Amino acid sequence: MTGDVLIVNLAGLLASAAPLIFAVIGETISERAGVINLSMNGMILLSAMGSFSVALATGSLAAGFLAGAAIGALVALVVAAAGISLRQSQVAVGFVLALLCRDLSYFLGNPVMGQVGPRLPPAPIPLLAGLPVAGPLLFRQDLMTYLSLLLVAGAWLFLFKTRPGLVLRGIGEKPEAAYARGARVKALRYLYTVLGGAIAGLAGPIYSLSVKAGWKGSISGLDGLGWIVLSITIFGGWKPFRAAFGCYLFALLQWLGLVLQPLLPGLPSQVLQVAPFPLMILTLLLVNLGKAEWVERSLATLPGPARRRLSRVLRALNATPPAALGTPFEED
Amino acid sequence: MDVRVELRDIEKSFGPVKANAGISLDIPSGSIQGILGENGAGKSTLMKVLSGFIRPDSGRILLDGKAASIGSPADAIRAGVGMLHQDPLDFPPLRLVDDFVLGRPGGIGPERRSAAAELARLAGRFGFALDPEGYVDALTVGERQQLEILRLLWIGARVLILDEPTTGISLPQKEKLFATLRELASEGMTVLFVSHKLEDVEALCDRAAVLRQGCLAGEAEPPFSSEALVSLMFGKAVELAPKRRLEPGRSVLAAKGVCLESPRLRIQDLSLCVRSGEVIGLAGMEGSGQALFLGACAGLARPVAGSFCLEAEGLDMTGRSHLDYKRAGVAYLPAARLEQALVPGLTLGEHFTLAEGGRGLFVDRKAAAKLAEERIAAYNIKGRPESRIEELSGGNQQRALLALLTSPLSLILVEHPTRGLDIESTIYIWGKLKERCAAGSSIVFISSDLDEILQYSDRVLVFFAGRASPPLDAASLDVERLGGLIGGKGWDEIEGKAGRA
Repeated sequence: MTGDVLIVNLAGLLASAAPLIFAVIGETISERAGVINLSMNGMILLSAMGSFSVALATGSLAAGFLAGAAIGALVALVVAAAGISLRQSQVAVGFVLALLCRDLSYFLGNPVMGQVGPRLPPAPIPLLAGLPVAGPLLFRQDLMTYLSLLLVAGAWLFLFKTRPGLVLRGIGEKPEAAYARGARVKALRYLYTVLGGAIAGLAGPIYSLSVKAGWKGSISGLDGLGWIVLSITIFGGWKPFRAAFGCYLFALLQWLGLVLQPLLPGLPSQVLQVAPFPLMILTLLLVNLGKAEWVERSLATLPGPARRRLSRVLRALNATPPAALGTPFEED
Repeated sequence: MDVRVELRDIEKSFGPVKANAGISLDIPSGSIQGILGENGAGKSTLMKVLSGFIRPDSGRILLDGKAASIGSPADAIRAGVGMLHQDPLDFPPLRLVDDFVLGRPGGIGPERRSAAAELARLAGRFGFALDPEGYVDALTVGERQQLEILRLLWIGARVLILDEPTTGISLPQKEKLFATLRELASEGMTVLFVSHKLEDVEALCDRAAVLRQGCLAGEAEPPFSSEALVSLMFGKAVELAPKRRLEPGRSVLAAKGVCLESPRLRIQDLSLCVRSGEVIGLAGMEGSGQALFLGACAGLARPVAGSFCLEAEGLDMTGRSHLDYKRAGVAYLPAARLEQALVPGLTLGEHFTLAEGGRGLFVDRKAAAKLAEERIAAYNIKGRPESRIEELSGGNQQRALLALLTSPLSLILVEHPTRGLDIESTIYIWGKLKERCAAGSSIVFISSDLDEILQYSDRVLVFFAGRASPPLDAASLDVERLGGLIGGKGWDEIEGKAGRA
């Protein structure tokens, strides 16, 4: 494989991971605030179908993307209302929504199935696009791919470098403590769940208007991605950069599946199609090694400085969920 | 910064229970006001009303003579009322400086650097060793309290409420806390100190109010009389049973040269022989090794070297499972009652049925109900057989745990038998434990309350950073010496003595 081909493939990888990144960052924001939005799989399908229909009807890409965000926000609002105000199980509500939205998207999407709609054009950045290597890799992408990169950095800055971001982490970690410090826990949880839903909702139109343009119903190849999004959120340790790494890793594994297939004719095609999923689980295991008791015990036998350094690395790798994830909070 | 706090006819009911039945209290600025009362007397409710967590059914709060409307913690903060909760309301996974900043109004940027400098300055002023870049979950309960006090000062608290602050902190930390509170009061801070521990209130407070069953039972000023306060708290006099010396009998548990390891700690070469009828207290700062050793005595931690024998049976138990220990008559009562010892969601009656085992597939409802009634009466538990266990108060949960013990037992291991309990429950629990001793069981217990260790143990083992002292005769110890040992002072002397003996 020549260098040029490799760069084109890598550029494709960045683009194909963009929808995953939107969904994972959206879910990360919601879960950091303590609300688990399990509807992801159905929601992405519904917003992919809905935004495609809107873009087809209006001829406007912008309207399509807005519709996608609105669908994501709306589904998240249902999870928030049930979980925060009605104090129902977020897991149960999210799961039912995941199934409902999927079937709804197949049913409502019949009229637009297979039609040719608008497609997000690439938007090369002047000057920068001409650079060797970096140009074709980074600067000849479409708008949403650029935004996906900015989103990761933006989410990280917000969560870890700002005062509202600190409060956001606080309400997901220990809402009663945040409440004692004057935070309006319920209102903020609504806000971040809906905001996270809107961001994740953009994953739909990125698929149906760009990465996998069009709507093909149950053979769109989007079913299941929402569950991967949930697992990448966990694997990402609720941290934006790690989550983005997880998205690229998954996209890479999927791409490898396609590339390797012709080279390994003896292998049933299903093996490579399914391989990314167990590989994700394996990575998850490796990353969370630091929690295992035997690791702690063998660490204790190391000399001081080495132990401190290693345990700091393991601590940084460790993914601890927000302590109050999925639990309702009652002021009073 | 002086604020006079006046509470006027505060009433609050939870269902049929009147937690506060018209309480009025005046607290002058610059004083330390003790709020005493047994568990469930309404202390916490009253303090939560003042700090905005609970809206009262009726009544008013006046700060400096002006009516204050405090409907949420945010309102309380604005009015300058800060509360240090019994379980510190902080964020364990965060760095200290982030925890410090969280919730303080300000711009988008958290200004970590100036906050860290401010934290370091305040910590230095009170002599607290807090590293702004460290993590909260690495701190002890006492240090988390210190952090929280500094934070409340920083956000401008002028009234400081402390809810049972001396539970779970070490003696030196307690002394530091008291010194800090005195200094703050001398600067005009109004301090409300909520406790069920008489000695703390007597040592610290300028005045004390006693609550009983939701009412103000009375007020007192120094010099305090313990008897008077106790009779205000309970409406009757409660007496400590005189200490009785039991002649130790045959050996029940023999630990020889035990070495234990946990990720953080290493205990080496610990030997102890527990005789029947004996009470042994394990003292030490939390995490010094006493809990690890107690767990090992129940087969919950495996020793790296050494042996455990239950010698009455001539049994070598080294490396056996907890179940084997249990069958051999060893009972273990962990400190986390609701998490590790009881089953939340099951009723009191179901607990007795579970503990007794019994035969057959079906529960004999009649026999179970009878058993539950008997035990509830015998252990004076405030609850019914159909009450769910988590609805009981801490004192009643502990009574239930004791009631669940089967008999006969050779050894009872208890972690913090009376943590968070009022004096009446404490005396009751120890009365029951002593009954077990009289029947031939031995007791090994952990406590961070030095008075409890000295009052109830025959012999004491002190733990310090994984080192264990030889068994010391409780009669030869006093609070100062024991406190010193816990803090790592005076070890040469006892180890030298043991070496000669």
